[in-house]
Amino acid sequence: MSAPRRAAASRSFLSRLSLRERIRDRDQAVYGILIIAAIVFPLATIYATDGTALVSQATRAGYFVLLAIGLNVVVGFAGLLDLGYAAFFAIGAYTYALLASPQLASSPAHHAVHLPFWLMLFVAMFVAAGAGAILGFPTLRLRGDYLAIVTLGFGEIVPQLFYNFDQWTGGINAVGIIDQPVLPAWIQGPWSGDGPIQVVRNFNFGGDPVAFYVLICILIAAAVILVSNLYRSRLGRAWMAIREDEVAAAAMGINTVTTKLLAFGIGASFSGFAGAYYAADVSLVSPDNFLFIVSITVLVMVVLGGMGNISGVIIGALVLYYVVFSLLPSLPGAVESLANSIGLGSLNVRTTEWPGLGGETQRLTFIIYGAILVAMMLLRPQGLLPSRIREQELKHAAVQEEEAAVEMEHAT
Amino acid sequence: MSLPDFGFYVLCATAVVLLAAQAVIHPTEFVQVFIFGLTQGSIYALVALGYTMVYGIIELINFAHGDVFTLGAYVGSGILGFFAISESGFTTVNLIALLLVFPAVMLIMGGINVAIERVAYRPLRNAPRLAPLITAIGMSFFLEGVMFLWRGPATVHFPDILPKTATTIAGVFFGFKDIFVVVVAAILVALLAVFINRTKLGKAMRATAQDRDAAQLMGIDINRTIAATFFIGALLAGAGGMIWGLYYNTVYYQLGFRSGLIAFTAAVFGGIGNIPGAAVGGLVIGLIAAFSDSYIGSKWTQVVVFGILIGVLVFRPTGLLGMRVPEK
Repeated sequence: MSAPRRAAASRSFLSRLSLRERIRDRDQAVYGILIIAAIVFPLATIYATDGTALVSQATRAGYFVLLAIGLNVVVGFAGLLDLGYAAFFAIGAYTYALLASPQLASSPAHHAVHLPFWLMLFVAMFVAAGAGAILGFPTLRLRGDYLAIVTLGFGEIVPQLFYNFDQWTGGINAVGIIDQPVLPAWIQGPWSGDGPIQVVRNFNFGGDPVAFYVLICILIAAAVILVSNLYRSRLGRAWMAIREDEVAAAAMGINTVTTKLLAFGIGASFSGFAGAYYAADVSLVSPDNFLFIVSITVLVMVVLGGMGNISGVIIGALVLYYVVFSLLPSLPGAVESLANSIGLGSLNVRTTEWPGLGGETQRLTFIIYGAILVAMMLLRPQGLLPSRIREQELKHAAVQEEEAAVEMEHAT
Repeated sequence: MSLPDFGFYVLCATAVVLLAAQAVIHPTEFVQVFIFGLTQGSIYALVALGYTMVYGIIELINFAHGDVFTLGAYVGSGILGFFAISESGFTTVNLIALLLVFPAVMLIMGGINVAIERVAYRPLRNAPRLAPLITAIGMSFFLEGVMFLWRGPATVHFPDILPKTATTIAGVFFGFKDIFVVVVAAILVALLAVFINRTKLGKAMRATAQDRDAAQLMGIDINRTIAATFFIGALLAGAGGMIWGLYYNTVYYQLGFRSGLIAFTAAVFGGIGNIPGAAVGGLVIGLIAAFSDSYIGSKWTQVVVFGILIGVLVFRPTGLLGMRVPEK
């Protein structure tokens, strides 16, 4: 190869590299921060508060991160709106709860089943994916928002079914005493148990929040690697092609039904996976945990974080989890103590007319949450960290629109 | 006849045969349930019209609409509190209060919905498609919060001011209230149909729903037309809320969530974006819910209603009336 040609090749290679770098730079920084935070957070909070309450809170946030990553595949990559995502979460959770608890002993089957957690993680995943495929197969041929409506209906039906088949699921009484995961013997060494070298306390999950925290971090990391590889694969490109223009994608030889079905099934499998984990951690599964509000919360996390961008979705899930499950519930107490400290403690006194400042703030939380959602969408309709590709498309569209407007002004 | 169509007709025929059997075996109970379904369905129809109009014009599932409906009932019961109404019988004051408050609530709800559109949806007209959906959910929480703050979490009593005249014909019990609900709903739907088909603004709304850019080029003020759509949708939702309150005499702040979903199902059932479809869909869903409540058991009603929704979309995606909504 001659010198100039090689130079040209390397320049084009470099410029391509730098463009890719620009796109991936920010995401890598976000991942770095997240990894450091994931390691520092339990150490710092256990040291500071001398308890693991905050760590189990972080684990709860972890399911929502998993759910958001899964829903991002459906909504962000393939552009299919899923309003019943919690249904798959419920299916995963009940799969594990029924097959790893004493529940089935009191059902018509009369035999309790106790399958190991590690196996059930995958079983739950496949059951949820199967449910997604069964729902998706007849409905994915529908266009646009009809799919959203079908999933909405499905999301309403599934928890109701778990209520109604109370002979099997205990209905409103929920499934309890669900088995905890047990590490296989070959992993248990001197560092687990109460031996002299303890790495992470007593590493055998007997309700130990730190063990669950470590496991959810590993699962999230695995999910991120899996999904980002999918995003860059042939399948990922097919999803984006369908999202942008289904007719054009079909004309390019993409089998749109299979591709959409895969997005739907893969998204559902994440939800089932997270569900099994949730059942093991909380050890109590009731239909009330999977209502429409859960689907909506996860959808808001995805949109708020920046659809299609995995790191953005993780940030969105963490931020919204903090707002909904930590900031808003703590507001009344915070306002009360603020009033006490600035000499307005009399406002905290409850009377028949006035529920106290704390009570009044609690009544306001709905309004505050709604206002936060509206304000965030108005300020950043593209999400906190939108995917760079989509951002550029949006900018491009805006520029085109401006040009068109200028042309129209010239014409008149 | 294609296979999906065939499946749809088989489903319909099975349902009709089963219901006909019930009608023959227990005619009184059947008619009683039918009347209840009809009143329920009239309310769903009024709410469904708002969903379908908004979806038709800006393709937004307006999650806040169910809460606008509930807020109508709350505002109605609030204003009625100012009148010296009698709950034991139908007095002249009751009549005057009804004639004043009913339109007032409709107009107030219309105003509120236009304000919601202005704040939460208009700035996002060219944003990614899911952004207005999220603000709609946010507005829904906001409205529920307002009602919660105003009257608390318990159920709220709505003054019982209609005449309590009731009669039993051949064992079937029905009252003035039942007739009132169906007649008022029918009048409102008829007025809407006239408005959409005969007036200039109605024509502008149809044009905007069909092709927004082309409508704009024809000199239609898009923003004004969309605001008018929200206004009219909320007029009907406010009327629905008033009727609900007058009929059941009790409301609670999360009512709009469940009944909103059902009304939305009704809109889809009739073919979303299709105005006569939403009215018919509302009636049909009301009847289905009533029959399911009494023949299958109320804990299965939700499964039945949403199962039918999925079935309709699978077998007949264009909805009951089968008119195609333009794809954009």
